Amino acid sequence: MEVVMRADAKVRVESGTESSPRGPGCSLRHFACEQNLLSRPDGSASFLQGVAEKSQERLIRNTCEAVVLGALHPRTSITVVLQVVSDAGSLLACCLNAACMALVDAGVPMRALFCGVTCALDSDGNLLLDPTAKQEKKARAVLTFALDSVEQKLLMSTTKGLYSDAELQQCLAAAQAASQHIFRFYRESLQRRYSKS
Amino acid sequence: MAEVMSVADGRARAARTLLNQLVLPGEELVLPEQEDVDSPARAGEQPLLLNATARARLRVVCGPGLRRCGDRLLVTKCGRLRHKEPGSGGGVYWVDSQQKRYVPVKGDHVIGIVIAKSGDIFKVDVGGSEPASLSYLAFEGATKRNRPNVQVGDLIYGQFVIANKDMEPEMVCIDSCGRANGMGVIGQDGLLFKVTLGLIRKLLAPDCEIIQELGKLYPLEIVFGMNGRIWVKAKTIQQTLILANVLEACEHMTTEQRKQIFARLAES
Repeated sequence: MEVVMRADAKVRVESGTESSPRGPGCSLRHFACEQNLLSRPDGSASFLQGVAEKSQERLIRNTCEAVVLGALHPRTSITVVLQVVSDAGSLLACCLNAACMALVDAGVPMRALFCGVTCALDSDGNLLLDPTAKQEKKARAVLTFALDSVEQKLLMSTTKGLYSDAELQQCLAAAQAASQHIFRFYRESLQRRYSKS
Repeated sequence: MAEVMSVADGRARAARTLLNQLVLPGEELVLPEQEDVDSPARAGEQPLLLNATARARLRVVCGPGLRRCGDRLLVTKCGRLRHKEPGSGGGVYWVDSQQKRYVPVKGDHVIGIVIAKSGDIFKVDVGGSEPASLSYLAFEGATKRNRPNVQVGDLIYGQFVIANKDMEPEMVCIDSCGRANGMGVIGQDGLLFKVTLGLIRKLLAPDCEIIQELGKLYPLEIVFGMNGRIWVKAKTIQQTLILANVLEACEHMTTEQRKQIFARLAES
């Protein structure tokens, strides 16, 4: 009896519904629902709203934690609040860059700077750096990397879609080259700020 | 003059060449005495020194914004690299950064706000991550019978005796001889406002003209706390507000603009 119930539960997990692509004018976030998960109660349901955002927050937090010298500030928490003003694609990379600049501006001690770069692979296998929202949607795979400033080492990567190992290496190399531009921009931007004083 | 240097290579650079220039977190600095040891060109030509004391190792102090990693300095904050050469030793290196958040440092004089009174200690908010504790006996002439008159909400000017990352900061309002020396409860009226830490350091530098010019403008009382707080009091409320606005704006003004504003205020 119990085995049957578990099998039933498994089937139901796969048939949980997710919200389909919404038309224009709908301002609700993505949500997902599963029913009859638990066998004992008469009825049960699990409803998740805005799932994708939680994972992005975790990625940004892990990148910051790898770079900030937390040992200098025990028993304290550093809160980073990111407000999306407009999303034109490569949102996670933009959030990572903003978080890095904010930490530098606040004077939080860090062992290196970091930046985010997004790559998209379209159906022909072409590599697009810093894709727009439209390019991201049409792409076969979207890869986001966080790189540090000392040796362009990889701090964080998150990927979505299908790609081969060779393509991954290619995207990583392109991202490392692109990160040089970003760090140069950081330097110019901070030069301007410090030249005013 | 904006100098854009490539950070393509993570190679350490000599601290000497970067003085008064912008440094970013993650850069490594090589100190002058290590340069001779590291340069490969002279590897085979080290002169034999008969006088061993000629190469005595100098003690270099690693100030705020820098951390020691091996025999190099790692930059942890963004700012301008500065160096001070004292009489003896290798000097002090530090990074001059613009920051608003204060981290308690031992020996700093700060303005705090009393937030709680619990038994024998006051809890004082100094702008750090924890409130500092201040014992009621740490005032001039205070004894168990003669308690100081400190209420919740009062402003206190004191200095830190214990301030490190592992312990709760402690402050006192007397110096090592037991005299107040200007510290204690700050009087009635006046205005407390917040500025960046860099501005405080600039105003407290020995040759700062801003304070002298302010003194010529109106008679005033002013207290600077290293935690970014300034208390100012003039004869009337209007003058106090003018002084507060001028000090807050000082950060972004050039010398000429400041002189113009002072001239205009002196006329009116």
